[in-house]
Amino acid sequence: MSRFVTAALAGVILSLAGGLLATGTAMGADDAMAKGRELAFDRKKGNCLACHMIADGDLPGNLGPPLIAMKARYPDKAALRAQIWDSTVSNPRTTMPPFGKHGILSDEEIDLVTEYIYSL
Amino acid sequence: MMKRLCIGLVCILMAAGVVSAAPEDDRQAFVNYFQKRFPNVGADAWVNGVYALDKASYEQWVQIEEFPPYELALGEGEELFNTPFANGKTYADCFPNGGVGIRQTYPYFDTGLGEVVTLELAINNCRVKNGEEPLGYKKGKIAALSGYMAYTSRGKVFDIEIPDDPRAMAAYENGKKFYYSKRGQLNFSCADCHVTNAGMQVRADKLSPALGHPTHFPVYRSKWGAMGTLHRRFDGCNKQVRAKPLPAQGDEYRNLEYFMTYMSNGLEVNGPGARK
Ligand code: HEC
Ligand code: HEC
Repeated sequence: MSRFVTAALAGVILSLAGGLLATGTAMGADDAMAKGRELAFDRKKGNCLACHMIADGDLPGNLGPPLIAMKARYPDKAALRAQIWDSTVSNPRTTMPPFGKHGILSDEEIDLVTEYIYSL
Repeated sequence: MMKRLCIGLVCILMAAGVVSAAPEDDRQAFVNYFQKRFPNVGADAWVNGVYALDKASYEQWVQIEEFPPYELALGEGEELFNTPFANGKTYADCFPNGGVGIRQTYPYFDTGLGEVVTLELAINNCRVKNGEEPLGYKKGKIAALSGYMAYTSRGKVFDIEIPDDPRAMAAYENGKKFYYSKRGQLNFSCADCHVTNAGMQVRADKLSPALGHPTHFPVYRSKWGAMGTLHRRFDGCNKQVRAKPLPAQGDEYRNLEYFMTYMSNGLEVNGPGARK
């Protein structure tokens, strides 16, 4: 397959998946935010809403604390990412799944989710 | 309590974390935990599962129970139960008291076989002994049969025993360990959802308390649109956490059921049940 076709296909898949205007180049900040939000809400991906109240998410669960004022709680964005990557570091008995360590989300997906959660 | 009860060597071993608490101490702690956490739930209401914790859904459920969705299965189960095998024998010949009013004693540890025997396993053992094919373990006829047998036992009180046999104790301990071990890609233990977070919401689902879990099985579940056994439900919960479900009626699930049902000792049989 030529590079052009691959890129075009990837674009189609991305826009189908996210309704985004993926151009094949690096995602813009807004796109990253939208994609991060989608991953956080998607039941098959982050499904953070299952346990956390998040801004405008429907039917949130309450196993975990509401995700608000994140910059105040995590002045350091890397610490937030680390919590999402492996929640068992801060609490081995936590019910929060270790998203990165168990490969539930890819590193790139965790970056996107972190961007979005950090904005809350 | 534990401290006052222990003597000599046992004390030392316990202090060293070698001997775990006796099952009866486990059960007391289990019951106390839930009663403290949900002081408004009556001591006999745990058999109602998640409906014990939520008034609105309780009322809907009581209405459903007026025309129980498991009624058809009860009729089927009764007929199966009373239909002789090809050799002329019936299920009644395999069970104490002709199989009537005995649900509360299952699962039990069979010291002859050296393993935990659940009601569904006993049903299939009976069939095989009489030259019939075993039934599938998760739904259909097996659920109809064990549902009918539970129905004849309604109101009896669960009384699971752990005989004085190290293998019985090991089976109990295995079940307990399973209950508290994290598993699956999502890294949950049964206890994470049904002990630590009982009563909390996972999206639209309220998590039911572990206490009383096995009392109403098998169950008619609206989501299944049919009856299912406890081991079918285990599969569902394991899949939710992306853990590989284990074989129904394999050692792990039978030991798990042994532990869970022991925890529910003293509660009434109210199967078959109806659930979302
Ligand atoms: C099944 C439950 C569950 C899911 C799903 C879940 N969490 Fe959590 N989360 C928790 C719990 C419980 C805590 C509380 C801390 C603990 O247990 O150590 C927590 C804590 C956190 C914290 C720390 C908050 C603070 O201020 O201490 C962050 C950040 C967080 N979660 C983000 C996320 C993100 C992002 C997702 C999805 C990608 C997610 N969580 C999915 C249960 C969950
Ligand atoms: C991620 C959360 C979660 C985990 C982990 C989990 N369950 Fe469940 N379980 C549920 C939900 C949600 C339901 C349906 C609502 C309810 O009754 O709690 C349920 C229902 C049940 C029921 C039926 C309750 C009834 O009244 O009919 C049983 C029994 C059960 N779970 C046992 C287990 C066992 C055993 C394990 C571990 C192998 C387990 N669960 C792990 C979420 C979970």
